Amino acid sequence: MNATQLAGASNAAVYASMVILTLAMVLFAISFAAGRRRTGIVQTQVPISASIGSTALLTRPALDAPTEDEAGRKSANIGMSLTWLGFVVLLVGVVLRGVWAGRVPWGNMYEFSISTAVGILGAFLIVSLRRDVRWLGLFIVIPTLLTLGLAVTVLYTEAAQLVPALKSYWLVIHVAAAIICAGAFTLAAATAGLSLVQGRAERRGKAAMAKVPSAEKLRTFTYRVLAFAFPLWTFAVVAGAIWAENAWGRYWGWDPKETWAFITWVIYAAYLHARSTIGWRGDRASWVAIAGWAAFLINYFGVNIFVNSLHGYSGV
Amino acid sequence: MSIKAPTLPPMDTLGFLRYTWRQLTSMKTALILLFLLAVASVPGSIFPQRGNNPLRVNEWIAQSPTFGPIFNAMGFFDVYSSPWFAAVYLLLFISLIGCVLPRTKVHWRAMLAPPPPVPRNLLRFPESMEFEVDAPTGAVLARANAHLSSRRWRLVLTEKSIAAEKGFLRETGNLVFHFSLILILVGVAVGGLFGWKGNVIVREGQGFANTLTQYDAWGGGRFTGAARLSPFSFTLDEFNVDFERGAAQRGSPSLFEADVTYRRSPGTVAESTRIEVNSPLAIDGAKVFLVGHGYAPKIVVRDASGSIVFDDSVVFLPQDGNFTSTGVVKIPDSDPQLGFQGIFVPTAASNNLRGPISIFPGPDDPAVFLSAWRGDMGLDAGAPQSVYRLDTAAMEQLGIDALSPGQTWVLPDGSGAIELTGFERWASFQIAFDPGKEIALLGAILAMTGLMLSLFIRRRRVWITVAATAGGGTVVQMAGLARIESADLPGELQLIREAVSDLAGIPSATTAPDVKEWM
Repeated sequence: MNATQLAGASNAAVYASMVILTLAMVLFAISFAAGRRRTGIVQTQVPISASIGSTALLTRPALDAPTEDEAGRKSANIGMSLTWLGFVVLLVGVVLRGVWAGRVPWGNMYEFSISTAVGILGAFLIVSLRRDVRWLGLFIVIPTLLTLGLAVTVLYTEAAQLVPALKSYWLVIHVAAAIICAGAFTLAAATAGLSLVQGRAERRGKAAMAKVPSAEKLRTFTYRVLAFAFPLWTFAVVAGAIWAENAWGRYWGWDPKETWAFITWVIYAAYLHARSTIGWRGDRASWVAIAGWAAFLINYFGVNIFVNSLHGYSGV
Repeated sequence: MSIKAPTLPPMDTLGFLRYTWRQLTSMKTALILLFLLAVASVPGSIFPQRGNNPLRVNEWIAQSPTFGPIFNAMGFFDVYSSPWFAAVYLLLFISLIGCVLPRTKVHWRAMLAPPPPVPRNLLRFPESMEFEVDAPTGAVLARANAHLSSRRWRLVLTEKSIAAEKGFLRETGNLVFHFSLILILVGVAVGGLFGWKGNVIVREGQGFANTLTQYDAWGGGRFTGAARLSPFSFTLDEFNVDFERGAAQRGSPSLFEADVTYRRSPGTVAESTRIEVNSPLAIDGAKVFLVGHGYAPKIVVRDASGSIVFDDSVVFLPQDGNFTSTGVVKIPDSDPQLGFQGIFVPTAASNNLRGPISIFPGPDDPAVFLSAWRGDMGLDAGAPQSVYRLDTAAMEQLGIDALSPGQTWVLPDGSGAIELTGFERWASFQIAFDPGKEIALLGAILAMTGLMLSLFIRRRRVWITVAATAGGGTVVQMAGLARIESADLPGELQLIREAVSDLAGIPSATTAPDVKEWM
């Protein structure tokens, strides 16, 4: 393949993955809606209990829930398959981009964004191998699609040589860690947000989201994802500092990118402390996790586009 | 959370201090200080900072006469060296020390203490089991003991029971992490107090010797003496730069390298090397970094009689990504004095409607736009002047003109002539000595190690009791306890069970079905 064909194939793969992920999003949404409707009915149904000896039996609510649930589960399963497919196609797009450019595909913001989309999907799919997280699909596919949409519309640039500042093996180490963190932070923000909604519903005794685990389980899940991501983010920042020392002559200079990486780190450190502080473990900790994600986004989009930073490699 | 009126401590000084100390070292205070630290860092990314860009700070203040001085007084342009920022992180570190020291003591004692004794009723624990093994109690206990010991459990073995504990590295890691943060702070402080850094612009063919007077800008810590500068020198032989010419990211640099010849000290052998963006030159602990580059137009000035009064290249400073550069030529020895303000463009725009502006950073169509002045440039007043600025207060303008290489502009009124003979390149170097960076790196590595231990190690306890049955077998009771739920206690208990069941040749118990649970 020549360069033009490679470029065309990479872009086609990215667009194709967006189509596939949009379908997945629709199916996850159907599944999610089906779950909601079912619980709505259950809440109006009074369970009839019959006592036989010492054993209490709960009769199953007589309603057409099973079929609806069946439909919801089916669409969630197809959604998962499509997410896998979208992930693979997108990965092909990223790899082709790298082949086209003749280097790691992390040279500008477009490339970083499509790689981050792979990171978000990858983080989700790896978790899905060990846990049933179909309920989370909708909230993963939406940010992925937003990232990709922004990438192909606003951030798109043709592949070019790396600027000299990026010609270092630290690019691979530092950026790879940041991409995995982007995936994990997004995952955690999604579950933290869900835990807030679920928690509110539980407190009001209203119909909770049936497909989604309890608020407490969501919080535990968020904690585990962040307990994994925080050391990795620490590593990304330290690797960046070592690289900065090698390239710019100082390991820390409060460049806006460094500053926001530090703010992100401090907020997630606060999250871990909040998890072991009485009165902070619940919703407050979830808000802190979301704030950390917001700081990460500001660092990613805000600093690259609006602020005059040494990290101005966006190509936008 | 119910809030009770706090019982106030006695208001003597000691009581007050104790109360303050307790508040400061509480987790809630640490949490609030962390948030404060995050918030306090924000202004530094919004306002230009003196340490990074002093010129933009001055511009900002000049453009906003109302808020500029207020923000300046509040330290918004020196956020990270401002007293309020220091207050936040120092309080945080005091809180950290106050929290970590007592915890170290507690942890030290816990590591020396034996595991807690076996509780009376093991089967009341959520994670517990009871089973029989066709082997004598002593053998069962010995086997369990061997199993746990080989997996590095700390344990107490009695005749009828085992109490075991594991996972102390969790708290060790946690403490190491927090102490390492202090080490990083120490590294930063050492670098700030004993280190120095300077910037210098060197033209092709020119040299630099590491003495204070040769620097364009130099800053050192409180305990840095000029005498500590190691006596190296280097010459910039050649500077190569190339730019992206394709449609994608046109004008981005694609190559950026300086070939230098250096000596470690006067009289030593000269060595050649290449300095690139990601590969600095290290000499005696100091590092020479390539941080920027630009153009130096070569200019010849003749006076009214036609004799050469100036013949040199002049450093022009780039103003934009396409290297539209500005600079000044001063001829103080002519009478009257001559001065030129110039704009150098490596690739001149085809139309001049927008004024002199470069459209590409490479030298495809170089030109210099000059404004000539005659009169007194104010050098005799004795005040130091910037080489990049011409004081035209007491000068009269002779006119403006544009020159390509090889062209000469004959100044009006017989004042002389100026010729652009070509251009050279210059490179700017940052030379830094930071004796604290190794300490900071060590702190960072220890911090990451400690962090991973504290997040991934699980502290857990296991108790085992045995009782002999009438048939010579053993009834085993086991229970496990962990502070965090992610500790795989059922798995641990199952492993012990398999180890002791193996003893009697009894097939191990049915394994738990592989249920895919959400958590």
